Amino acid sequence: MTDIQEVLNKIGPYEPAEDDHLLVCRCEEVTKGEIRKAVHEGMFTIEELRRYLRCGMGLCQGQTCGKLVKGIVARELGVAVTDVTPATSRAPMRPTEMEIAGNDGGEQA
Amino acid sequence: MNPTADVIIIGGGINGCAAAYYLAKKGVKNVIVLEASDSIGHGGSSRNGGGVRQSGRDVRELPYVMYGIKHLWPGLSDELGVDVEYTQKGNLRLGKTEKHLEKLKTLADNAKKVGLDVRMIGKEEVKEINPYLSDDIIGASWCPTDGHANPLMATLGFYKKSLSMGVKYYTGAEVASLKKIKGRLRQVILKDGTIFEGEKVIVAAGYESRYIVRTVGIDVPMTRYFDQALVTEMQPEMFPQMLGTADANFYGHQTKHGSFVFGSDCGLEETMDMPLNEMKTISMTLPSSCRAIEGYIPALKDAKIVRSWGGWLDMCLDGVPVISPVDVVPGLILACGFTGHGFGSAPAVGLILAQMAMEEETVVDMSALRYDRFDPYQ
Ligand SMILES: Cc1cc2nc3c(=O)[nH]c(=O)nc-3n(C[C@H](O)[C@H](O)[C@H](O)COP(=O)(O)OP(=O)(O)OC[C@H]3O[C@@H](n4cnc5c(N)ncnc54)[C@H](O)[C@@H]3O)c2cc1C
Repeated sequence: MTDIQEVLNKIGPYEPAEDDHLLVCRCEEVTKGEIRKAVHEGMFTIEELRRYLRCGMGLCQGQTCGKLVKGIVARELGVAVTDVTPATSRAPMRPTEMEIAGNDGGEQA
Repeated sequence: MNPTADVIIIGGGINGCAAAYYLAKKGVKNVIVLEASDSIGHGGSSRNGGGVRQSGRDVRELPYVMYGIKHLWPGLSDELGVDVEYTQKGNLRLGKTEKHLEKLKTLADNAKKVGLDVRMIGKEEVKEINPYLSDDIIGASWCPTDGHANPLMATLGFYKKSLSMGVKYYTGAEVASLKKIKGRLRQVILKDGTIFEGEKVIVAAGYESRYIVRTVGIDVPMTRYFDQALVTEMQPEMFPQMLGTADANFYGHQTKHGSFVFGSDCGLEETMDMPLNEMKTISMTLPSSCRAIEGYIPALKDAKIVRSWGGWLDMCLDGVPVISPVDVVPGLILACGFTGHGFGSAPAVGLILAQMAMEEETVVDMSALRYDRFDPYQ
Protein backbone atom coordinates (compact mmCIF):
# COMPACT_ATOMS: atom_id res chain seq x y z
CA MET A 1 0.00 0.00 0.00
CA THR A 2 1.32 3.46 -0.90
CA ASP A 3 0.24 6.53 1.06
CA ILE A 4 0.59 9.15 -1.68
CA GLN A 5 0.63 12.19 0.67
CA GLU A 6 3.31 10.53 2.81
CA VAL A 7 5.55 9.90 -0.22
CA LEU A 8 5.00 13.49 -1.43
CA ASN A 9 6.11 14.77 1.97
CA LYS A 10 9.13 12.49 1.95
CA ILE A 11 10.39 13.46 -1.49
CA GLY A 12 9.73 17.17 -0.93
CA PRO A 13 8.81 19.75 -3.56
CA TYR A 14 10.02 19.76 -7.15
CA GLU A 15 13.40 21.51 -7.51
CA PRO A 16 14.24 22.77 -11.01
CA ALA A 17 17.48 21.32 -12.41
CA GLU A 18 19.83 22.47 -15.13
CA ASP A 19 19.06 19.63 -17.52
CA ASP A 20 15.26 19.86 -17.14
CA HIS A 21 14.96 21.08 -20.74
CA LEU A 22 16.30 17.78 -22.17
CA LEU A 23 13.83 16.07 -24.49
CA VAL A 24 13.19 12.57 -23.17
CA CYS A 25 10.21 11.43 -25.26
CA ARG A 26 10.97 12.52 -28.80
CA CYS A 27 7.69 11.39 -30.33
CA GLU A 28 5.52 13.48 -28.02
CA GLU A 29 8.18 16.04 -27.05
CA VAL A 30 8.19 15.60 -23.30
CA THR A 31 11.08 17.01 -21.28
CA LYS A 32 12.89 15.65 -18.27
CA GLY A 33 11.64 18.61 -16.22
CA GLU A 34 8.02 17.88 -17.07
CA ILE A 35 8.44 14.28 -15.95
CA ARG A 36 10.21 15.26 -12.72
CA LYS A 37 7.57 17.87 -11.92
CA ALA A 38 4.70 15.44 -12.56
CA VAL A 39 6.16 12.98 -10.04
CA HIS A 40 5.91 15.71 -7.38
CA GLU A 41 2.31 16.29 -8.41
CA GLY A 42 1.47 12.69 -7.51
CA MET A 43 2.09 10.78 -10.76
CA PHE A 44 4.23 7.95 -9.40
CA THR A 45 3.67 5.20 -11.94
CA ILE A 46 4.64 4.94 -15.61
CA GLU A 47 0.97 4.29 -16.35
CA GLU A 48 -0.08 7.59 -14.76
CA LEU A 49 2.79 9.54 -16.32
CA ARG A 50 2.03 8.30 -19.81
CA ARG A 51 -1.57 9.38 -19.42
CA TYR A 52 -0.72 12.72 -17.85
CA LEU A 53 2.15 13.79 -20.11
CA ARG A 54 1.85 11.46 -23.13
CA CYS A 55 5.49 10.36 -22.76
CA GLY A 56 5.82 6.97 -24.46
CA MET A 57 2.39 7.35 -26.11
CA GLY A 58 3.62 8.35 -29.56
CA LEU A 59 4.59 6.45 -32.68
CA CYS A 60 7.33 4.36 -31.02
CA GLN A 61 5.17 3.64 -27.95
CA GLY A 62 8.06 4.27 -25.59
CA GLN A 63 10.53 1.89 -27.18
CA THR A 64 13.08 4.71 -27.20
CA CYS A 65 12.37 6.57 -23.95
CA GLY A 66 10.80 3.87 -21.75
CA LYS A 67 14.04 3.09 -19.89
CA LEU A 68 14.98 6.74 -19.50
CA VAL A 69 11.59 7.63 -18.00
CA LYS A 70 11.84 4.74 -15.55
CA GLY A 71 15.25 5.97 -14.46
CA ILE A 72 14.01 9.52 -13.91
CA VAL A 73 10.99 8.35 -11.90
CA ALA A 74 13.11 6.00 -9.76
CA ARG A 75 15.56 8.79 -8.93
CA GLU A 76 12.79 11.25 -8.11
CA LEU A 77 11.03 8.77 -5.81
CA GLY A 78 14.28 7.44 -4.31
CA VAL A 79 13.54 3.83 -5.24
CA ALA A 80 15.34 1.20 -7.35
CA VAL A 81 14.66 1.23 -11.10
CA THR A 82 13.45 -2.36 -10.75
CA ASP A 83 10.70 -1.14 -8.42
CA VAL A 84 9.16 0.95 -11.19
CA THR A 85 6.68 -1.14 -13.19
CA PRO A 86 7.11 -0.72 -16.95
CA ALA A 87 4.19 0.21 -19.20
CA THR A 88 1.98 -2.44 -20.80
CA SER A 89 2.81 -3.24 -24.43
CA ARG A 90 -0.16 -3.39 -26.75
CA ALA A 91 -1.02 -4.39 -30.31
CA PRO A 92 -0.16 -3.48 -33.02
CA MET A 93 3.60 -3.98 -32.65
CA ARG A 94 4.23 -1.35 -35.33
CA PRO A 95 1.91 1.47 -36.45
CA THR A 96 -0.42 -0.13 -38.99
CA GLU A 97 -2.82 1.47 -41.49
CA MET A 98 -6.49 0.95 -40.74
CA GLU A 99 -7.09 -0.59 -44.13
CA ILE A 100 -4.34 -3.16 -43.54
CA ALA A 101 -5.30 -3.93 -39.94
CA GLY A 102 -8.89 -4.40 -41.11
CA ASN A 103 -7.93 -6.83 -43.83
CA ASP A 104 -8.05 -10.11 -41.91
CA GLY A 105 -10.72 -11.74 -44.07
CA GLY A 106 -13.67 -10.69 -41.94
CA GLU A 107 -16.80 -9.01 -43.30
CA GLN A 108 -17.48 -5.33 -43.74
CA ALA A 109 -19.50 -4.16 -40.74
CA MET B 1 -5.77 3.66 16.27
CA ASN B 2 -7.09 2.89 12.81
CA PRO B 3 -6.75 5.62 10.17
CA THR B 4 -10.03 7.56 10.30
CA ALA B 5 -11.80 9.90 7.90
CA ASP B 6 -15.01 11.87 7.54
CA VAL B 7 -15.53 10.22 4.18
CA ILE B 8 -13.80 7.14 2.73
CA ILE B 9 -14.09 6.63 -1.00
CA ILE B 10 -13.46 3.16 -2.39
CA GLY B 11 -12.20 3.27 -5.99
CA GLY B 12 -9.79 5.77 -7.56
CA GLY B 13 -11.60 6.06 -10.88
CA ILE B 14 -13.03 9.31 -12.17
CA ASN B 15 -16.18 8.99 -10.06
CA GLY B 16 -14.19 8.45 -6.87
CA CYS B 17 -11.67 11.18 -7.65
CA ALA B 18 -14.42 13.65 -8.60
CA ALA B 19 -16.31 12.92 -5.38
CA ALA B 20 -13.07 13.50 -3.44
CA TYR B 21 -12.55 16.82 -5.23
CA TYR B 22 -16.07 18.13 -4.58
CA LEU B 23 -15.85 17.07 -0.93
CA ALA B 24 -12.55 18.92 -0.54
CA LYS B 25 -14.08 21.93 -2.28
CA LYS B 26 -16.92 21.89 0.24
CA GLY B 27 -14.29 22.14 2.95
CA VAL B 28 -14.39 18.55 4.20
CA LYS B 29 -10.95 18.18 5.70
CA ASN B 30 -10.53 14.48 6.09
CA VAL B 31 -11.20 12.47 2.95
CA ILE B 32 -9.50 9.17 2.11
CA VAL B 33 -9.53 7.45 -1.31
CA LEU B 34 -8.59 3.76 -1.46
CA GLU B 35 -7.52 2.42 -4.86
CA ALA B 36 -6.79 -1.28 -5.34
CA SER B 37 -4.30 -0.97 -8.18
CA ASP B 38 -0.99 0.89 -8.22
CA SER B 39 -2.31 3.62 -10.51
CA ILE B 40 -5.15 6.08 -10.10
CA GLY B 41 -7.55 5.67 -13.00
CA HIS B 42 -6.49 2.10 -13.74
CA GLY B 43 -10.09 1.09 -14.58
CA GLY B 44 -12.49 2.25 -17.25
CA SER B 45 -11.84 5.89 -16.37
CA SER B 46 -8.57 5.98 -18.31
CA ARG B 47 -9.63 3.52 -21.00
CA ASN B 48 -12.78 5.10 -22.35
CA GLY B 49 -13.65 6.87 -25.58
CA GLY B 50 -14.11 10.30 -24.00
CA GLY B 51 -17.71 10.82 -25.03
CA VAL B 52 -19.54 13.53 -23.08
CA ARG B 53 -23.00 13.01 -24.41
CA GLN B 54 -26.63 13.26 -23.42
CA SER B 55 -28.15 11.83 -26.60
CA GLY B 56 -28.69 8.10 -26.67
CA ARG B 57 -29.11 7.93 -22.91
CA ASP B 58 -31.96 6.62 -20.84
CA VAL B 59 -34.21 9.49 -19.66
CA ARG B 60 -33.49 8.62 -16.03
CA GLU B 61 -29.89 9.73 -16.57
CA LEU B 62 -30.58 12.95 -18.40
CA PRO B 63 -31.18 15.32 -15.46
CA TYR B 64 -27.71 14.86 -13.94
CA VAL B 65 -25.89 14.43 -17.25
CA MET B 66 -27.46 17.64 -18.56
CA TYR B 67 -26.59 19.41 -15.31
CA GLY B 68 -22.93 18.45 -15.70
CA ILE B 69 -22.78 19.58 -19.31
CA LYS B 70 -24.38 22.90 -18.50
CA HIS B 71 -22.66 23.73 -15.24
CA LEU B 72 -19.52 21.66 -14.69
CA TRP B 73 -17.73 20.58 -17.88
CA PRO B 74 -17.34 24.09 -19.38
CA GLY B 75 -15.27 25.39 -16.43
CA LEU B 76 -13.54 22.17 -15.51
CA SER B 77 -10.12 22.89 -17.07
CA ASP B 78 -9.88 26.19 -15.19
CA GLU B 79 -11.06 24.62 -12.00
CA LEU B 80 -8.67 21.68 -12.06
CA GLY B 81 -5.70 23.51 -13.55
CA VAL B 82 -5.19 20.95 -16.34
CA ASP B 83 -6.57 20.94 -19.86
CA VAL B 84 -9.35 18.35 -19.91
CA GLU B 85 -9.88 19.20 -23.62
CA TYR B 86 -13.62 19.58 -23.27
CA THR B 87 -15.05 20.20 -26.75
CA GLN B 88 -18.76 20.87 -27.13
CA LYS B 89 -19.28 20.59 -30.87
CA GLY B 90 -22.12 18.10 -31.02
CA ASN B 91 -22.72 14.40 -31.46
CA LEU B 92 -23.76 12.72 -34.68
CA ARG B 93 -25.30 9.29 -34.32
CA LEU B 94 -25.23 7.84 -37.79
CA GLY B 95 -27.59 5.52 -39.58
CA LYS B 96 -27.28 3.61 -42.84
CA THR B 97 -30.68 1.87 -42.94
CA GLU B 98 -34.33 2.76 -42.25
CA LYS B 99 -34.18 0.50 -39.22
CA HIS B 100 -31.23 2.50 -37.88
CA LEU B 101 -33.17 5.73 -38.31
CA GLU B 102 -36.18 4.31 -36.50
CA LYS B 103 -34.01 3.41 -33.53
CA LEU B 104 -32.38 6.85 -33.49
CA LYS B 105 -35.74 8.58 -33.73
CA THR B 106 -37.16 6.73 -30.73
CA LEU B 107 -34.14 7.73 -28.64
CA ALA B 108 -34.34 11.33 -29.87
CA ASP B 109 -38.08 11.61 -29.20
CA ASN B 110 -37.67 10.34 -25.65
CA ALA B 111 -34.82 12.76 -24.95
CA LYS B 112 -36.76 15.70 -26.39
CA LYS B 113 -39.52 15.06 -23.88
CA VAL B 114 -37.14 15.84 -21.03
CA GLY B 115 -35.89 19.00 -22.71
CA LEU B 116 -32.81 17.87 -24.67
CA ASP B 117 -32.11 19.56 -28.01
CA VAL B 118 -31.69 16.53 -30.22
CA ARG B 119 -33.22 16.04 -33.64
CA MET B 120 -33.11 13.82 -36.69
CA ILE B 121 -31.29 15.21 -39.73
CA GLY B 122 -31.05 14.00 -43.32
CA LYS B 123 -28.14 13.00 -45.51
CA GLU B 124 -27.37 16.53 -46.76
CA GLU B 125 -27.26 18.08 -43.33
CA VAL B 126 -25.00 15.28 -42.08
CA LYS B 127 -22.59 16.02 -44.94
CA GLU B 128 -22.70 19.73 -44.17
CA ILE B 129 -21.77 19.11 -40.54
CA ASN B 130 -19.12 16.53 -41.43
CA PRO B 131 -17.94 16.26 -45.03
CA TYR B 132 -15.66 13.29 -44.29
CA LEU B 133 -18.46 10.79 -43.77
CA SER B 134 -19.47 7.99 -46.14
CA ASP B 135 -22.19 8.48 -48.76
CA ASP B 136 -23.89 5.35 -47.42
CA ILE B 137 -25.14 7.32 -44.42
CA ILE B 138 -28.79 8.24 -44.92
CA GLY B 139 -29.43 10.19 -41.74
CA ALA B 140 -28.42 10.81 -38.16
CA SER B 141 -29.54 12.14 -34.84
CA TRP B 142 -27.83 15.43 -34.01
CA CYS B 143 -27.33 16.78 -30.53
CA PRO B 144 -25.41 20.06 -30.75
CA THR B 145 -24.69 20.30 -27.00
CA ASP B 146 -22.91 16.93 -26.81
CA GLY B 147 -19.15 16.63 -27.10
CA HIS B 148 -16.02 14.95 -25.85
CA ALA B 149 -13.14 15.39 -23.44
CA ASN B 150 -9.84 13.76 -22.54
CA PRO B 151 -10.54 11.04 -19.97
CA LEU B 152 -6.89 10.69 -18.96
CA MET B 153 -6.58 14.36 -18.09
CA ALA B 154 -10.02 14.59 -16.51
CA THR B 155 -9.43 11.60 -14.22
CA LEU B 156 -5.89 12.58 -13.24
CA GLY B 157 -6.98 16.24 -13.07
CA PHE B 158 -9.54 15.48 -10.34
CA TYR B 159 -6.89 13.38 -8.60
CA LYS B 160 -4.14 15.99 -8.77
CA LYS B 161 -6.35 18.88 -7.70
CA SER B 162 -7.94 17.02 -4.78
CA LEU B 163 -4.50 15.72 -3.73
CA SER B 164 -3.24 19.31 -3.61
CA MET B 165 -6.27 20.18 -1.45
CA GLY B 166 -5.28 17.55 1.10
CA VAL B 167 -7.27 14.45 0.13
CA LYS B 168 -5.38 11.33 1.22
CA TYR B 169 -4.94 8.75 -1.54
CA TYR B 170 -3.76 5.20 -0.99
CA THR B 171 -2.87 2.98 -3.93
CA GLY B 172 -2.34 -0.77 -3.70
CA ALA B 173 -5.21 -0.66 -1.18
CA GLU B 174 -7.65 -3.38 -2.17
CA VAL B 175 -10.82 -3.36 -0.10
CA ALA B 176 -12.10 -6.79 0.92
CA SER B 177 -15.12 -5.97 3.08
CA LEU B 178 -17.22 -3.43 4.94
CA LYS B 179 -18.31 -3.69 8.54
CA LYS B 180 -21.14 -2.11 10.50
CA ILE B 181 -20.70 -1.11 14.12
CA LYS B 182 -23.80 -0.42 16.22
CA GLY B 183 -25.97 -0.49 13.10
CA ARG B 184 -23.94 2.04 11.13
CA LEU B 185 -21.32 1.40 8.49
CA ARG B 186 -18.00 2.21 10.08
CA GLN B 187 -15.09 0.03 8.96
CA VAL B 188 -13.47 -0.58 5.60
CA ILE B 189 -11.24 -3.61 5.72
CA LEU B 190 -8.48 -4.19 3.17
CA LYS B 191 -7.38 -7.54 1.82
CA ASP B 192 -4.16 -7.26 3.87
CA GLY B 193 -6.17 -6.73 7.05
CA THR B 194 -5.65 -2.98 7.42
CA ILE B 195 -8.76 -1.28 8.81
CA PHE B 196 -9.89 2.24 7.91
CA GLU B 197 -12.76 3.93 9.72
CA GLY B 198 -15.13 6.50 8.29
CA GLU B 199 -18.34 8.35 9.08
CA LYS B 200 -19.45 7.91 5.47
CA VAL B 201 -18.26 5.42 2.85
CA ILE B 202 -18.73 5.96 -0.87
CA VAL B 203 -18.29 2.80 -2.94
CA ALA B 204 -17.34 3.65 -6.55
CA ALA B 205 -15.28 0.60 -7.50
CA GLY B 206 -16.82 -0.33 -10.85
CA TYR B 207 -18.02 -3.92 -11.15
CA GLU B 208 -16.07 -4.87 -8.03
CA SER B 209 -18.47 -2.68 -6.03
CA ARG B 210 -20.74 -5.69 -6.15
CA TYR B 211 -18.35 -7.87 -4.13
CA ILE B 212 -17.71 -5.04 -1.68
CA VAL B 213 -21.33 -4.17 -0.86
CA ARG B 214 -22.36 -7.80 -0.66
CA THR B 215 -20.34 -7.95 2.57
CA VAL B 216 -23.06 -5.78 4.16
CA GLY B 217 -25.92 -7.60 2.47
CA ILE B 218 -26.52 -5.34 -0.53
CA ASP B 219 -26.55 -6.51 -4.13
CA VAL B 220 -26.75 -4.67 -7.42
CA PRO B 221 -27.61 -6.82 -10.44
CA MET B 222 -24.68 -6.19 -12.78
CA THR B 223 -22.81 -8.12 -15.41
CA ARG B 224 -19.40 -7.21 -16.76
CA TYR B 225 -18.50 -6.59 -20.37
CA PHE B 226 -15.15 -5.99 -22.02
CA ASP B 227 -14.90 -3.08 -24.44
CA GLN B 228 -11.93 -2.17 -26.61
CA ALA B 229 -10.50 1.01 -28.06
CA LEU B 230 -7.78 2.18 -30.42
CA VAL B 231 -5.84 5.33 -31.17
CA THR B 232 -4.36 6.48 -34.47
CA GLU B 233 -1.29 8.57 -35.18
CA MET B 234 -1.84 12.33 -35.42
CA GLN B 235 -4.00 13.42 -38.36
CA PRO B 236 -4.56 16.86 -39.82
CA GLU B 237 -7.50 18.60 -38.12
CA MET B 238 -10.63 17.05 -39.65
CA PHE B 239 -13.79 17.41 -37.55
CA PRO B 240 -14.68 18.30 -33.96
CA GLN B 241 -17.88 16.27 -33.38
CA MET B 242 -18.27 13.10 -31.40
CA LEU B 243 -19.48 10.28 -33.66
CA GLY B 244 -21.52 7.20 -32.90
CA THR B 245 -23.64 4.81 -34.93
CA ALA B 246 -27.15 3.45 -34.54
CA ASP B 247 -25.60 0.00 -34.71
CA ALA B 248 -23.21 0.94 -31.88
CA ASN B 249 -20.39 -0.76 -33.79
CA PHE B 250 -17.99 2.10 -33.00
CA TYR B 251 -17.85 5.59 -31.57
CA GLY B 252 -15.10 8.15 -31.35
CA HIS B 253 -13.59 11.54 -32.09
CA GLN B 254 -10.45 13.40 -33.03
CA THR B 255 -8.50 14.56 -29.98
CA LYS B 256 -6.81 17.91 -29.49
CA HIS B 257 -3.53 16.05 -30.01
CA GLY B 258 -4.65 15.15 -33.55
CA SER B 259 -5.04 11.44 -33.03
CA PHE B 260 -8.41 9.72 -33.38
CA VAL B 261 -9.71 7.62 -30.50
CA PHE B 262 -12.36 5.03 -31.31
CA GLY B 263 -14.07 2.54 -29.06
CA SER B 264 -15.72 -0.62 -30.28
CA ASP B 265 -16.26 -4.31 -29.75
CA CYS B 266 -16.54 -7.28 -32.10
CA GLY B 267 -19.45 -8.88 -30.27
CA LEU B 268 -17.53 -11.93 -29.09
CA GLU B 269 -16.09 -10.30 -25.97
CA GLU B 270 -18.81 -11.83 -23.84
CA THR B 271 -17.57 -15.32 -24.61
CA MET B 272 -14.23 -14.59 -23.00
CA ASP B 273 -13.59 -15.90 -19.56
CA MET B 274 -11.05 -13.36 -18.35
CA PRO B 275 -10.48 -12.32 -14.73
CA LEU B 276 -11.26 -8.68 -13.90
CA ASN B 277 -7.62 -7.79 -13.28
CA GLU B 278 -6.66 -8.88 -16.80
CA MET B 279 -7.42 -6.60 -19.71
CA LYS B 280 -6.11 -8.40 -22.74
CA THR B 281 -7.46 -7.37 -26.11
CA ILE B 282 -8.96 -9.96 -28.45
CA SER B 283 -7.24 -10.13 -31.82
CA MET B 284 -10.57 -10.12 -33.70
CA THR B 285 -11.73 -6.78 -32.35
CA LEU B 286 -9.11 -4.49 -33.88
CA PRO B 287 -9.69 -5.63 -37.50
CA SER B 288 -13.46 -5.58 -37.09
CA SER B 289 -13.29 -2.06 -35.59
CA CYS B 290 -11.16 -0.88 -38.50
CA ARG B 291 -13.71 -2.16 -41.00
CA ALA B 292 -16.56 -0.51 -39.11
CA ILE B 293 -14.72 2.83 -38.95
CA GLU B 294 -13.71 2.74 -42.63
CA GLY B 295 -17.33 2.03 -43.50
CA TYR B 296 -18.36 5.38 -41.99
CA ILE B 297 -15.20 7.51 -42.37
CA PRO B 298 -13.45 6.30 -45.53
CA ALA B 299 -10.94 9.17 -45.29
CA LEU B 300 -9.24 7.38 -42.38
CA LYS B 301 -8.28 4.22 -44.24
CA ASP B 302 -4.60 5.18 -44.35
CA ALA B 303 -4.46 6.43 -40.78
CA LYS B 304 -2.02 4.31 -38.80
CA ILE B 305 -3.13 2.71 -35.56
CA VAL B 306 -0.49 3.03 -32.85
CA ARG B 307 -2.17 1.29 -29.96
CA SER B 308 -5.23 -0.68 -28.91
CA TRP B 309 -6.43 -1.52 -25.40
CA GLY B 310 -9.44 -2.66 -23.47
CA GLY B 311 -11.34 -2.16 -20.24
CA TRP B 312 -14.19 -3.55 -18.20
CA LEU B 313 -17.68 -2.11 -18.17
CA ASP B 314 -19.97 -2.46 -15.16
CA MET B 315 -23.27 -3.21 -16.88
CA CYS B 316 -26.35 -2.66 -14.76
CA LEU B 317 -29.37 -4.87 -15.34
CA ASP B 318 -31.63 -1.98 -16.36
CA GLY B 319 -28.98 0.02 -18.20
CA VAL B 320 -28.56 2.92 -15.77
CA PRO B 321 -26.32 3.19 -12.72
CA VAL B 322 -27.06 3.06 -9.03
CA ILE B 323 -26.18 6.43 -7.47
CA SER B 324 -27.75 6.37 -4.07
CA PRO B 325 -27.41 6.43 -0.32
CA VAL B 326 -28.19 2.95 1.03
CA ASP B 327 -30.80 3.48 3.76
CA VAL B 328 -30.51 0.01 5.23
CA VAL B 329 -26.77 0.45 5.74
CA PRO B 330 -26.57 3.96 7.22
CA GLY B 331 -23.38 5.69 6.12
CA LEU B 332 -23.07 3.81 2.81
CA ILE B 333 -23.36 5.59 -0.54
CA LEU B 334 -23.18 3.55 -3.71
CA ALA B 335 -22.16 4.56 -7.24
CA CYS B 336 -21.78 1.71 -9.71
CA GLY B 337 -23.28 0.09 -12.77
CA PHE B 338 -22.33 2.91 -15.15
CA THR B 339 -23.02 0.59 -18.10
CA GLY B 340 -20.31 1.90 -20.42
CA HIS B 341 -21.11 5.61 -20.26
CA GLY B 342 -20.03 6.88 -16.88
CA PHE B 343 -17.26 9.16 -18.08
CA GLY B 344 -19.40 12.00 -19.43
CA SER B 345 -21.49 12.09 -16.28
CA ALA B 346 -18.59 11.91 -13.82
CA PRO B 347 -18.28 15.58 -12.78
CA ALA B 348 -22.01 15.70 -11.97
CA VAL B 349 -21.90 12.32 -10.25
CA GLY B 350 -18.87 13.41 -8.20
CA LEU B 351 -20.70 16.53 -7.05
CA ILE B 352 -23.86 14.60 -6.23
CA LEU B 353 -21.93 11.95 -4.29
CA ALA B 354 -20.31 14.72 -2.26
CA GLN B 355 -23.76 16.17 -1.57
CA MET B 356 -25.11 12.76 -0.57
CA ALA B 357 -22.16 12.29 1.81
CA MET B 358 -22.89 15.71 3.38
CA GLU B 359 -26.62 14.88 3.52
CA GLU B 360 -27.39 17.95 1.42
CA GLU B 361 -30.12 18.15 -1.16
CA THR B 362 -28.69 17.01 -4.50
CA VAL B 363 -28.60 19.42 -7.47
CA VAL B 364 -31.10 17.25 -9.33
CA ASP B 365 -33.52 14.57 -8.16
CA MET B 366 -31.74 11.20 -8.14
CA SER B 367 -34.60 8.98 -6.98
CA ALA B 368 -34.73 7.07 -10.29
CA LEU B 369 -31.21 5.79 -9.59
CA ARG B 370 -31.90 4.33 -6.17
CA TYR B 371 -30.26 1.09 -5.05
CA ASP B 372 -33.54 -0.57 -4.07
CA ARG B 373 -35.29 -0.25 -7.43
CA PHE B 374 -34.62 -3.93 -8.16
CA ASP B 375 -36.27 -5.00 -4.92
CA PRO B 376 -39.17 -7.33 -5.78
CA TYR B 377 -41.11 -6.40 -2.62
CA GLN B 378 -41.40 -2.65 -3.25
C1 LIG C 1 -13.36 1.00 -23.86
C2 LIG C 1 -14.29 1.85 -23.06
C3 LIG C 1 -14.93 2.94 -23.67
C4 LIG C 1 -15.80 3.77 -22.97
N1 LIG C 1 -16.33 4.88 -23.58
C5 LIG C 1 -17.06 5.78 -22.86
C6 LIG C 1 -17.50 7.01 -23.44
O1 LIG C 1 -17.20 7.32 -24.59
N2 LIG C 1 -18.27 7.85 -22.69
C7 LIG C 1 -18.59 7.57 -21.40
O2 LIG C 1 -19.29 8.37 -20.76
N3 LIG C 1 -18.15 6.42 -20.81
C8 LIG C 1 -17.40 5.53 -21.51
N4 LIG C 1 -16.94 4.36 -20.91
C9 LIG C 1 -17.35 4.06 -19.53
C10 LIG C 1 -16.56 4.84 -18.48
O3 LIG C 1 -15.18 4.69 -18.70
C11 LIG C 1 -16.93 4.34 -17.08
O4 LIG C 1 -18.32 4.28 -16.91
C12 LIG C 1 -16.34 5.24 -16.00
O5 LIG C 1 -14.97 5.42 -16.18
C13 LIG C 1 -16.63 4.68 -14.64
O6 LIG C 1 -15.84 5.33 -13.68
P1 LIG C 1 -15.73 4.76 -12.24
O7 LIG C 1 -14.86 5.70 -11.48
O8 LIG C 1 -17.08 4.48 -11.71
O9 LIG C 1 -15.08 3.31 -12.42
P2 LIG C 1 -13.57 2.84 -12.74
O10 LIG C 1 -12.84 3.77 -13.59
O11 LIG C 1 -13.65 1.43 -13.17
O12 LIG C 1 -12.90 2.92 -11.32
C14 LIG C 1 -13.12 2.00 -10.31
C15 LIG C 1 -11.82 1.88 -9.54
O13 LIG C 1 -12.05 1.05 -8.41
C16 LIG C 1 -10.91 0.26 -8.22
N5 LIG C 1 -11.28 -0.92 -7.44
C17 LIG C 1 -11.87 -2.05 -7.87
N6 LIG C 1 -12.03 -2.92 -6.85
C18 LIG C 1 -11.52 -2.32 -5.74
C19 LIG C 1 -11.37 -2.71 -4.39
N7 LIG C 1 -11.77 -3.93 -3.96
N8 LIG C 1 -10.79 -1.85 -3.53
C20 LIG C 1 -10.36 -0.63 -3.94
N9 LIG C 1 -10.48 -0.21 -5.23
C21 LIG C 1 -11.05 -1.04 -6.11
C22 LIG C 1 -10.44 -0.08 -9.63
O14 LIG C 1 -9.08 -0.45 -9.65
C23 LIG C 1 -10.72 1.22 -10.36
O15 LIG C 1 -9.61 2.07 -10.40
C24 LIG C 1 -16.09 3.49 -21.60
C25 LIG C 1 -15.46 2.39 -20.98
C26 LIG C 1 -14.56 1.58 -21.68
C27 LIG C 1 -13.90 0.45 -20.97
